[in-house]
Amino acid sequence: MEWETVIGLEIHTQLATKSKIFSGASTTYGAEPNTQACAVDLGLPGVLPVLNAEVVRMAAMFGLATHSTVAPRSVFARKNYFYPDLPKGYQISQFELPIVHDGYLDIDLEDGSSKRIGITRAHLEEDAGKSLHEAYLGKTGIDLNRAGTPLLEIVSEPDIRSAREAVAYMKKIHSLVRYLGISDGNMQEGSFRCDANVSMRPQGQAAFGTRAEIKNINSFRFVEQAINYEVERQTMLLEGGGTVVQETRLFDPDKHETRSMRSKEEANDYRYFPDPDLLPVELDEAFLASVRASLPELPDARKARLVSEYGLSEYDAGILTASRELADYFEAAVRAAAGAGKLTANWVIGELSAALRKDDRELADCPVSAAALGGLLLRIEDGTLSGKLAKQVFESMWKGEGSADEIIEQQGLKQISDSSAIEGIISGVLDSNPKQLEQYRGGQEKLFGFFVGQVMKATQGKANPKQVNELLRKLLDS
Amino acid sequence: MHQKSLVDLAADLRSGAYTSEELTRACLQRIRFHDKRLNSFVTVTDTQALAAAQAADAVIRAGNAGPLTGIPFAHKDIFCTNGVKTSCGSRMLDNFIAPYDATVTQKLLEAGAVMVGKTNMDEFAMGSSNETSFYGPVSNPWDETTVPGGSSGGSAAAVAARLVPASTGTDTGGSIRQPAALCGITGLKPTYGRVSRYGMIAFASSLDQGGPFARSAEDAAVMLGAMAGFDARDSTSVDRPVDDYVAQLSEPLQGLKIGLPKEYFGAGLDAAVGDAVAAAIEEFRKLGATVTDITLPNTHLSVPAYYVVAPAECSSNLSRFDGVRFGHRADNPQDLQDLYTRSRGEGFGSEVKRRILVGTYALSAGYYDAYYLKAQQVRHLIRDDFLQAFKQVDVIMGPTTPSVAFKLGEKADDPVSMYLSDIYTIAVNLAGLPAVSLPAGFCNGLPVGLQVIGNYFDESRLLNVGHQYQQVSDWHTRSPQGFE
Repeated sequence: MEWETVIGLEIHTQLATKSKIFSGASTTYGAEPNTQACAVDLGLPGVLPVLNAEVVRMAAMFGLATHSTVAPRSVFARKNYFYPDLPKGYQISQFELPIVHDGYLDIDLEDGSSKRIGITRAHLEEDAGKSLHEAYLGKTGIDLNRAGTPLLEIVSEPDIRSAREAVAYMKKIHSLVRYLGISDGNMQEGSFRCDANVSMRPQGQAAFGTRAEIKNINSFRFVEQAINYEVERQTMLLEGGGTVVQETRLFDPDKHETRSMRSKEEANDYRYFPDPDLLPVELDEAFLASVRASLPELPDARKARLVSEYGLSEYDAGILTASRELADYFEAAVRAAAGAGKLTANWVIGELSAALRKDDRELADCPVSAAALGGLLLRIEDGTLSGKLAKQVFESMWKGEGSADEIIEQQGLKQISDSSAIEGIISGVLDSNPKQLEQYRGGQEKLFGFFVGQVMKATQGKANPKQVNELLRKLLDS
Repeated sequence: MHQKSLVDLAADLRSGAYTSEELTRACLQRIRFHDKRLNSFVTVTDTQALAAAQAADAVIRAGNAGPLTGIPFAHKDIFCTNGVKTSCGSRMLDNFIAPYDATVTQKLLEAGAVMVGKTNMDEFAMGSSNETSFYGPVSNPWDETTVPGGSSGGSAAAVAARLVPASTGTDTGGSIRQPAALCGITGLKPTYGRVSRYGMIAFASSLDQGGPFARSAEDAAVMLGAMAGFDARDSTSVDRPVDDYVAQLSEPLQGLKIGLPKEYFGAGLDAAVGDAVAAAIEEFRKLGATVTDITLPNTHLSVPAYYVVAPAECSSNLSRFDGVRFGHRADNPQDLQDLYTRSRGEGFGSEVKRRILVGTYALSAGYYDAYYLKAQQVRHLIRDDFLQAFKQVDVIMGPTTPSVAFKLGEKADDPVSMYLSDIYTIAVNLAGLPAVSLPAGFCNGLPVGLQVIGNYFDESRLLNVGHQYQQVSDWHTRSPQGFE
């Protein structure tokens, strides 16, 4: 039987606010345990939550950027369950009335087509704290620094059909939240993680199969591995006449497999009800208009603009707009390079990205600024540098030896583009190689390359190769 | 000194007749002497009180005294007080020293009032007789074999016994008005959102409201003026200026339209209580008020709706008492489940457990719509009843409770009968309205309370009505025997 994979993702993205969603405590990552937890985060008797207005604005930005409805009225609800790192014994979340619902996002598939993935809803909630099981022998430590950190949980429709599509969708959301500036998307620090709901059904069947939910996956690679494992597991189970159990599973990145965590029978009844400590969030048109006006250019629109404005290929524009930082870098470099779009794209995607990868650096701490790269590209454009010399200059710039012009000056790398000078050098070469000249003129045309090499050698590679070719041909054939 | 009203005490302090320190010492001495019988205090804060009194005296000497500077008072032990045990009447918080001040605590501190201690209450404010307290029941000063009402029983008894001129309370279903009635004092539950709930340990968040106890409406007006106001830390507090409650006390009642809901005078009302209330209403006629019969047709739904909403919210609010970060923690827990089960099992009393169970059930999957959602719909009906009534009348009057104080132990094992003692007060919380209970006579030597319900934010009118009534009656000046 042919099986179809059905996937829906729940992405938890940490919103980049300075303070927590319901208290004034800082959200900075990595502080000493419990130093960023105030009375409200600790759930002390008598404390009350107060909504951070910034999270509402951020959620609205996400909603508008994904063609979603930003609800004129949304309600915070309590999700009740006991856990030591959940101080109040309930999580404040949104249940029946989320702030964002019914939107979509288009993802690019490998065959060049695009696919629309529905966004069911995105709701605001607070994160829990962290249990530290290793720190104390036989005891569990609780760190509440993360408790109350604002999260936007983005729930997709079950429109995803493969692990590859899931990764493409997750990457697109990741890029989007960073474009919007509403999340740093840092996956190591847990700012961006997802749960994947995976089920199988016979090809052509409308009804969904029973799903398993894989919890807390925090890298694109793991999402792909976890889903692929799960698809294989469920397919084997179904092929063997078995049934999939509705359950929560955990992905083990070391073993590349998913493991059962708890079944539906053990699942909590969360007893959701509207939080009486918080008022409904009511948003009017004027607020939404101001949020709309504050939206940056979004990835899809920017990609289209890069294609039309700089004549880039769809592919290159796609790579450059995958992150806002890279696109910003590209555009700053183009400006510095007097609009040489295609050349800049080649350098950013080629040389620059390779160098970053080689040194395992992020764009944020790239040693060559966009302006500096543009300065280098200007020297290619005006013929000062050959492509080969430019790479040599770039390497020096990467090491921090100065700007392109400084390095050209220091190393005497300026390309010789003066025709009469090159002619003089060619004449000298022809004079000192009379035998080869005779052979060439006798019909051995492949010796042309020999003369080019001699000229380049005589100029230490600085002669403009194009001019060398032209002039050499002229002088040889005259 | 202890028979003087708060307003008179403040005048004496300003005139230098005595100091706040002397007054505070007198209060502490009365508490030491009388409270053995009443058990109205959980904690007496002698040292802090005297230090605060001395500070107040300095302010008075400098000529900067406000209406509460140097006035001793007591907090219900539900308001967090920095550095002082805040038990909420529960074993669960017997070891809990609050690390911060509630907004109400802070406001009274800033007003220069002198806290002499924390008063006994039903555990987590769940009760109508003060019998569910971990610290034992409180006696009614009018008859020590009867209950003072609850949940703010300690605060009411302390004021009735002249141990303090005023105190704070909280009212979720009648917990200020019912004990005020049973103890023969004035107690006001403000409009929901008028007094900040920050730092007031939550029972049922959508119903809880803090308010004052005093012997007279005038004294209560001074207290409320200091307690009320918008608080950015409480999202449900209302950003609206606080009225000058004292300024409007002397308005005449000529033309006041009083509504009497027929549902508050039917079966279940003790005849003698009904007579006392009728006599009080007659006084208002004499003061120029007109009286109209009205109906609040959904009154019978208020107790059932309340006993869904309040337990549901409490079941969630009390989840934080898990033995992990503060409060009672079971010895030698074997695992997490054992830690939770025993900490909560040992820390909570039976009434609290009953309500957590009821509330958990009401919120469970499959029951939510039938119970919680339905109860919330009933709240709208009840609110609409009142809004309809306030189109015709200015205030609504009736008995605060169906009977006078009952015997200690009489209803302790009969929760439903206990719940019915709040039958006239609960609807007010469901609607979020303000209401005051005023002393309106006696029945078998026990006080009767008159409840006056006002429209939203009409606290000024309620206090004005109370004050005018207290100009022509003397019920509020009577002291229980043995406490004169």
